[in-house]
Amino acid sequence: MRYLPHSSADRRTMLASIGVFLIDDLFADIPEEVAAAFRPLGLPPKSEQEVVAALTDLSARNAAVEKTCFIGGGIYDHYAPSLVDHVLSRSEFYTAYTPYQPEVSQGTLTAMFEFQTLISELTGMDVANGSLYDGATAAAEAVLMADRIRSRGRVAIARTLFANARRVLETYGWASGTEVVELPMLASGRTDLTDVPDDVSAVLLQSPNALGVIEDLAGVKERIGDALLIVSINPISLGVLAPPGDFDADIVVGEGQPLGLSMAYGGPLLGLFATRAEHLRQMPGRVSGRTVDAEGKTGYTMAAQTREQHIRRERATSNICTNSALCALAATVYLATVGAEGLRHVAELNLEKAHYLADRIAEIEGFDLPFSGPFFNEFVIRPSEDATAVQRRLLDAGFLVEAPEGLRSFGVENGLRIAVTERRTRAELDRFADVLGGAR
Amino acid sequence: MKTIFDHPQREGIGGLFPELDVPRIGAEGLIDRALLRSQEPRIPDLSEPTVVRHFTALSKLNYGVDDGFYPLGSCTMKHNPKVNETLARLPGLAGLHPLADPDLAQGTLAFLYELSDLLSRIAGMPGISLQPVAGAHGELTGLFLFRGYFEARGETERRRILLPDSAHGTNPASAAVAGFSVSEIQSNDAGMVDLDALDAELDETVAGIMLTVPNTLGIFEERIAEVTDRIHAAGGLCYFDGANLNAFIGRARPGDMGADVFHFNLHKTLSTPHGGGGPGAGPIAVSEPLVEFLPVPSIEQNGEAYALVWDRPNSIGSVHSFYGNVLVAVKAYAYLLQLGDEGLRAVSEDAVLNANYLQERLKKTYPLPYDRLCKHEFVLSGKGLAEGVCTLDIAKRLIDYGFHPPTVYFPLIVREALMIEPTETESRDGLDRFAEAMERIAAEAREAPELLLDAPHQAPVRRLDQTRAARDLVLTYPFDDREGGELA
Amino acid sequence: MGYPAEYRYTKDHEWIAVEGNRARIGITDHAQSELGDIVFVELPSVGSAVQAGGILATVESVKAVGDVLVPFDGTVLEVNDGLESAPETINQAPHDAGWIVVLEIADPAVVDGLLDAAGYESFLAEG
Repeated sequence: MRYLPHSSADRRTMLASIGVFLIDDLFADIPEEVAAAFRPLGLPPKSEQEVVAALTDLSARNAAVEKTCFIGGGIYDHYAPSLVDHVLSRSEFYTAYTPYQPEVSQGTLTAMFEFQTLISELTGMDVANGSLYDGATAAAEAVLMADRIRSRGRVAIARTLFANARRVLETYGWASGTEVVELPMLASGRTDLTDVPDDVSAVLLQSPNALGVIEDLAGVKERIGDALLIVSINPISLGVLAPPGDFDADIVVGEGQPLGLSMAYGGPLLGLFATRAEHLRQMPGRVSGRTVDAEGKTGYTMAAQTREQHIRRERATSNICTNSALCALAATVYLATVGAEGLRHVAELNLEKAHYLADRIAEIEGFDLPFSGPFFNEFVIRPSEDATAVQRRLLDAGFLVEAPEGLRSFGVENGLRIAVTERRTRAELDRFADVLGGAR
Repeated sequence: MKTIFDHPQREGIGGLFPELDVPRIGAEGLIDRALLRSQEPRIPDLSEPTVVRHFTALSKLNYGVDDGFYPLGSCTMKHNPKVNETLARLPGLAGLHPLADPDLAQGTLAFLYELSDLLSRIAGMPGISLQPVAGAHGELTGLFLFRGYFEARGETERRRILLPDSAHGTNPASAAVAGFSVSEIQSNDAGMVDLDALDAELDETVAGIMLTVPNTLGIFEERIAEVTDRIHAAGGLCYFDGANLNAFIGRARPGDMGADVFHFNLHKTLSTPHGGGGPGAGPIAVSEPLVEFLPVPSIEQNGEAYALVWDRPNSIGSVHSFYGNVLVAVKAYAYLLQLGDEGLRAVSEDAVLNANYLQERLKKTYPLPYDRLCKHEFVLSGKGLAEGVCTLDIAKRLIDYGFHPPTVYFPLIVREALMIEPTETESRDGLDRFAEAMERIAAEAREAPELLLDAPHQAPVRRLDQTRAARDLVLTYPFDDREGGELA
Repeated sequence: MGYPAEYRYTKDHEWIAVEGNRARIGITDHAQSELGDIVFVELPSVGSAVQAGGILATVESVKAVGDVLVPFDGTVLEVNDGLESAPETINQAPHDAGWIVVLEIADPAVVDGLLDAAGYESFLAEG
């Protein structure tokens, strides 16, 4: 085995120094009946070359990657600068563990501190953690946190949350005893906030929401009494959209994949989590804090650790330990590379191109856009013919869109959700519209 | 160390994204002005060479497995094969959208299905979910399954989870998030679950037990079957924390020990790297009675094709946005294919050999509170080495000798614990050099304790002031003090 | 550091200074030294009713959390706000300036059941 350095002679010498004769003697404590029940896999070893060939073959069977991607739903086909993967490939970062020993982890801890700062800036919040697993679990953690703060056992969520976030939230809520009530949707695709129950710990909105519509966050806080306002965001949209902090949000969560991560069939992802300073002690997840060393030099270490499971055990603010540190590093490098100017530019490209395509589709007979609310880079179209047939026609022309079933839970029986990123060219958008219009 | 916020900025960087190729309308024409950003975020605009040098400099302040010996107990910091990184970057895998039609994602679904099958057979348990993305996430998912199981049986009063006092902190925290209370069981003198203490806790309020096998002292519960039998007889379920699978992979299966849920740490046992704190992956294997409650979607084979199956009425729902950490899973899959049965058995053999070899040598210098054959790790104590010197000082001094320190102050049942896990990928020479360093440090503790108390001397920073970091929390860059701030 | 003779003590390492029906409560020198540098104190709200055995306050060091337990039923009359900005006061003066809470005692007789200084010191010695 290539990964094992011992020679047979090494093993013999080592066994002798331990004072046993056989390797098996080291396993004498495994009960006989357990050892006897063992069954091997029937798996012969393969060479590295064979394994690379086998997986390369499998990867070629993912026909979707050959198509031009118009799918969104929280994961988008963005361009990641080469620099991101270049930095991620440094093994000092990717072969390190959680930075328990800060003196040999200043790279990870400094980057984590930068990440916290960048996410706080982007969301307009005071503090962000070092990452959670993904956008869905970040939303679930936010709801649990809000219910710890307000203790009402109930939270209200917009109907227009991404379906996967909703599913995860309901599972966490069910187990922890937090009831989830739904806020209805207006014809515009925005959330109806006229009748928010007054006995909820929090109101969770997503903007842009699952239909692509940007919620009107102005004035929400005044309508929900002392319930906490949780907003789930798309980080790229915040290049042009006002951050939730401007609307007095208490917790901001989101899926960080657009910040330089590959789509990866949905994992690994990056859960973003930011809040106000007053709620810091209830925040889940790790944070890096600035301090000094014995000579007064600036350095970083994990801070506010008494919230965490390794100290507070069953009273911790979350059970999270391993998070998405390397993905957070990717987002940090992404934002450092694009800068504030680049972020605005890429956000504008998404916004303008999505509207260009939406406008073109709206002109096609037999298609309309059912929701009037403003959108960023994703919108819903409604064909008069069967949406599945439209999806198939687009696929035949080389365009990947999501199956219409995903929209049914939002009352859209026959629609398609279309996402447009900076990677889509005008030629692709025109061709896409032409295919919808009946061109072959 | 400078942060990205300390470098000189310049305007008009550009060059990453193309110019707009459709007619510009302008954000103000598309979205109400009240919803548009009025102030730029303070994200610096930096040239590419500045960014490259910044992050390269940061990387050099880190210590990874590729830099040297990393005996962090319970973390299994083994070598991370380089082919793992190559495979995770295959465009056909990395560029796949999770909402693409499964017919167009057959390659990925195929290996996820194959990996599930291998994990199921390694565990000796019939059901698998790849959704959990970390060990603690696996624990949480497993405990959700406990909830689902007892609710379906109408046994809603079973809300108590038993935990040995040597348990990892995520165990009680996961139990709490899943809506359970926790009762601690004391270990006996041999460091194993005390069966009398266990019996005293068993009643109809017990949902189950969470065990780590081998336990966090590196000791295999020799009476494991008795423990799990008693839990089952009392109507409870058994959760096995798989952090220590490296101790018996290829030789024994948790399913044969009575486990109902077992989580894998792919970033530990199966060699995918840890990434400086993630992403990991924490798939779970489950016993037959729990299969119906597993998260949706599951990945199933349908003739020649693989499908995502959502229609499972008793499922607890979902615990992740999609299907777990797919690009971590591919690394674990490749690792298993390369090792095969023979390689897996060799992994646990050398892991246990290395741990016993080091234990045997170091127990002559350091107290070993539980002195017996260990599995893949062992726990020394730094107590009483010399007046005024504690485990933390030993750990920091190891940095000066070029090693990553072991896990310290865990498990809680050993005072001043030093938990050492060498893994199978460390050479005999490497182990000897580590042992020599530990011996020299013990001598220094008596003869020149200041070398320990002031350590590290040879690190990017000297010992950091943890108290200040915790008391005066500075968690974001202090932009407002940039002018006057001291930024070494 | 000595344990004031006029105080009462619990086996959970709280001290109690009884002043009529008011009980001033803090953690003992032994408790602060076990915790190490204290970095944060979470205080109850004034006016809240508390029950024996519950958590009155939490005292955090870098890597540990100590619960200050309610020694007997009562109502919170005062809290030591100064600890919010200077938690290290508990390390520096655990038995006076580092006091945490003043409780109104519901039943003054309960105080008799607590340890005196000598009793607490021998409890510590048993270890």
